[in-house]
Amino acid sequence: MSPRVTGATAVRVLRQIRHDPRTIALLLIVPAVLLLLLYWVFEGEKQVFQEIGAPLCGLFPFIIMFLVTSISMLRERTTGTLERLMTLPLGKIDILAGYGLAFGLLATIQAVIVVVLGFGILGLESAHGAWLVGLLAIGNALLGMALGLFVSAFARTEFQAVQFMPALIFPQLILCGLFVPRDQMAGFLEAISWALPLTYAYDALARTTSPKPLDMAFTADVLVIVGTTLAALALGALTLRRRTG
Amino acid sequence: MSPVADPQAPEVPGSAISVRDLVVDRGGREILHGVSLRVAAGSVTGLLGPSGCGKSTLMRSIVGVQIIAGGTVEVLGSEAGSKGLRSRVGYVTQAPSVYGDLSIGENLRYFAAITGASAEKVRQIVGAVGLDGMEDRIVGSLSGGQRSRVSLASALLGDPDVLILDEPTVGLDPVLRAELWKIFHGLAAAGTTLLVSSHVMDEAGECDELLLMRDGALLAQMSPDQLRADTGESDLGKAFLVKIERAEGS
Repeated sequence: MSPRVTGATAVRVLRQIRHDPRTIALLLIVPAVLLLLLYWVFEGEKQVFQEIGAPLCGLFPFIIMFLVTSISMLRERTTGTLERLMTLPLGKIDILAGYGLAFGLLATIQAVIVVVLGFGILGLESAHGAWLVGLLAIGNALLGMALGLFVSAFARTEFQAVQFMPALIFPQLILCGLFVPRDQMAGFLEAISWALPLTYAYDALARTTSPKPLDMAFTADVLVIVGTTLAALALGALTLRRRTG
Repeated sequence: MSPVADPQAPEVPGSAISVRDLVVDRGGREILHGVSLRVAAGSVTGLLGPSGCGKSTLMRSIVGVQIIAGGTVEVLGSEAGSKGLRSRVGYVTQAPSVYGDLSIGENLRYFAAITGASAEKVRQIVGAVGLDGMEDRIVGSLSGGQRSRVSLASALLGDPDVLILDEPTVGLDPVLRAELWKIFHGLAAAGTTLLVSSHVMDEAGECDELLLMRDGALLAQMSPDQLRADTGESDLGKAFLVKIERAEGS
């Protein structure tokens, strides 16, 4: 790994996004607009908005970074730039870390906006600090990025990559406990939910925004998020092949 | 062609690229059927043959990005694709592999950061490929020929000892073609080994040595003069046809 090459890769990824102001606007504004929509829909039902809106603040970055990364990585694969990079003196870790830095920075800005709006303006409450929701949001964004990078290897076209969102992310959202507590689900659904990374991302956020003290279960959630991110990055590295058929 | 000792690469006297019995399968079909060849250091070698004859697959094997089914490919004395070669072998794919959503300058500065090329080197290369004053143009908005020159410039940044160029002059106007060939000859004179593919014969005369390919096999390896003498044809395109007829007749 070379800090110079990692840094240059991060700068390059950010420059690509900078040339696309509409994507930046979508990245930064859409989560805030969705949160506002929820706020209006649940006007007068403060408790429901709290239960759904508060954790969602930390889940938006996961969903969006998954989508953005899977598309950008797919482009690197299909336009031949990834093959060129693989012939150059740069490590796979430089590519992964470069993407991580660039999207981590974007995720941070995204998280700050949505957390300030939700917890500062719309009256969401986090017993353990809105900053912790923000930190989890950034961690979840990196998890989404790592998963997006990995699954991009299984898409040939951008159409396919976009479909990974309803195919892989929506089921996780439905089963993570956000809409129905998991212990109220059918047994096999709860069993499946234990195997899905978003379950732990949601659980950590739900614990952060509830007044109960943070215990070992919260620590376990965070460890699973970090572990899954690293595992997905390692799997993603395996899909960056120096030699192909 | 006589083996020329290259003072810049003393560990590989004579040949910079050496391919032996190379077999490549792609999608369940055998694309290359046991190709053997040597490319002299500090020369311009043309890889010629019709579209689909396996030129790109051979080049990918030499760069080391192609999974091979048999044989050996050595570049500068090391196995193709080995780590030490990544800073010594430059590769320009047929489709320009640069970032379409970045400017020319941003593309080149990124590849310069990877290869350790200086800002001065970037300026020099931009001028050499005729893109002066266009650094701020977005690559996606360029013409095909301009885009392929950005791709070429990216590969030149690292001062590679071996340059593999897959159809670098396709779609370029004659003036630009001539300019690119001037660059290629200049690089070879400075000791760089170039392997340049083309599916048209009109550039064959620019090369020191020719590799004639057809249907995944090498028909002949000789200099343009040898090809003319061997076939009695002064036109290299016609000479290639004679070679093909002879190969099919035998």
